[in-house]
Amino acid sequence: MGKPGFSCNFVAQVQMNCMKNTTNNTCIALRLQAENIRKRVIEIIYAAKAGHTGGSLSSIELQTVLFFAVLNIDPYNPGKAGRDRYILSKGHSIEALYATLEARGFLSRQITDSYGQYLSPLSGHPTKKVPGVELNSGALGHGLSVGAGMSIAHKMDGASAKTFVLMGDGEQGEGSIYEAAMAASYYRLDNLVAIIDRNQLQISGRTEDVMAIEPLRQRWEAFGWEVFEADGHCMEALLAVFRQMDYGNQKPKLLIAHTRKGNGVSYMENVVRWHHGVPDKEQYQQALREIDARIAQISLNT
Amino acid sequence: MSASATNTLPCRKAFTDTLLERAKIDRNIVVVTSDARGSVTLDAFARELPRQFVEVGIAEQNAVGIGAGLASAGKKVFVCGPACFYVARCLEQVKVDVAYSANPVKILGVSGGVSYGALGATHHSLHDIAVLRTFPGMHIVLPSDIYQTRALVHALIDYSHPVYVRVGRNAVPTVYDETVPDFQIGKARILQDGDDLTLIGCGETVYHCLVAAQRLRQRGIGARVIDMHTLKPFDHEAVEQAARKTGKIITVEEHSIYGGLGASVAETVSQTYPVPVRIIGIPDENVINGSPLEIFRHYGLDSEGIYQTALHF
Repeated sequence: MGKPGFSCNFVAQVQMNCMKNTTNNTCIALRLQAENIRKRVIEIIYAAKAGHTGGSLSSIELQTVLFFAVLNIDPYNPGKAGRDRYILSKGHSIEALYATLEARGFLSRQITDSYGQYLSPLSGHPTKKVPGVELNSGALGHGLSVGAGMSIAHKMDGASAKTFVLMGDGEQGEGSIYEAAMAASYYRLDNLVAIIDRNQLQISGRTEDVMAIEPLRQRWEAFGWEVFEADGHCMEALLAVFRQMDYGNQKPKLLIAHTRKGNGVSYMENVVRWHHGVPDKEQYQQALREIDARIAQISLNT
Repeated sequence: MSASATNTLPCRKAFTDTLLERAKIDRNIVVVTSDARGSVTLDAFARELPRQFVEVGIAEQNAVGIGAGLASAGKKVFVCGPACFYVARCLEQVKVDVAYSANPVKILGVSGGVSYGALGATHHSLHDIAVLRTFPGMHIVLPSDIYQTRALVHALIDYSHPVYVRVGRNAVPTVYDETVPDFQIGKARILQDGDDLTLIGCGETVYHCLVAAQRLRQRGIGARVIDMHTLKPFDHEAVEQAARKTGKIITVEEHSIYGGLGASVAETVSQTYPVPVRIIGIPDENVINGSPLEIFRHYGLDSEGIYQTALHF
């Protein structure tokens, strides 16, 4: 595909300005951005008639905070030296990533709208053809090892770049994750941040019914990780937790982000079948009405 | 070319010695291994360049994933360990993190094929060419001796594609000498010319092809011998020329008869210049117990087996 589009929409620019002000304004701006991304996720999935809806919606606030307030990245130079790395290990939450990359200026709306069409450059899982994507993913349990490799390289180079890896909670069943967890701790990768989108559901049901992954905190602490927990939909909490992380303390970090699958669309929330459900016309319109109402409310408060 | 049976240096050692030499100068060269520094012969590398050496323990999936991450961040990465594990246990990491993600990791599979002899099918790697050949972007090289192995290492350092290299465990006879003329990944080498038939080998079978060709010559049969060190990208031209010139081809590989060198040759000639092809390799069974040479002899991969096949072709 050609050069990325830089269609900075007006809302995004306003929010970037807001973020230079107080924390509170930053949170409002991020919430507004997340809702706009949520709206685009629903539009993209509805148009493509395909998508992993539930896990995209649960990860929107996380990806918004990362791309707009945490990651040192540049949409005008996606491969710039010294950039932070982000890996979407739960690659199926791709619609949230595409909408976020569009909002952040890595992808043009025209390209994002091609999703699901014949010969679209956009696959149903991340590929490096897309500016801002660092690893082809989609098979689970890969991201943390690759992220650990990037972090080791940054340590070897004395670089300050950090690596962030977003995993699913169902993904925690993949044994390869624990190979990476061991190595990250052994190599004291304090420049590596893993995040679990803990929305409680996987494709067959509740994680604790399909294959229990708790106690997550204790398990990761036992592997030598510093573990944080936060409401994965609260911008204030997410900003605070990322600011709190000490990237020089010799410990890899795990954020357990407590989320709701299908967050932000009432009839999708906590419903297993929306893992990869596609809304019909009526459901689509209802989803947009709900999101628009929140956008209007947030905008009124700014 | 100067075939000699007196060599005592295993190819894996030739590989790691050359790599160490280069890595002392190029600090971006990084080796990753999975508790295999002994079997790969990386002890000196680990001792002399600890900052360029990443040990992950017995965790091949992690080794390949970490290797991909290192390569993605600009390192020249060699992930090294027994071939049998690197093309089975962590195959998805090779497929996704390395090949699909186009991270130019070099995977060195040592003690490949039937090198482990009587240790059994868990330790044999007779499917690696067949599997890796189908991954877009993945290149595959089986050097035939220590000299070619050294030339290969130099070619690999800045090679922009992911590559799988397979070498054996024991020292094997040499095919070349110090000069290794014009070694190039993807370019087969004609070691001996002949008009009556062509013997195509890869890796350790190349030497056996040469010895068989010398015996055939004594019987008045002229055999062309081709060293097909690179299985991908495949040198279709060399195969087509051999088909046109000699009319018959025998392939010899330390690999399943399915999907490897023989299959590649058959695919090429059937679509360019069809000639009869005989595929010598390991049949569809778990290999008998024995030393590597006994196994070669049992399945007709040694010079005697190749000679007999050629006589009756």
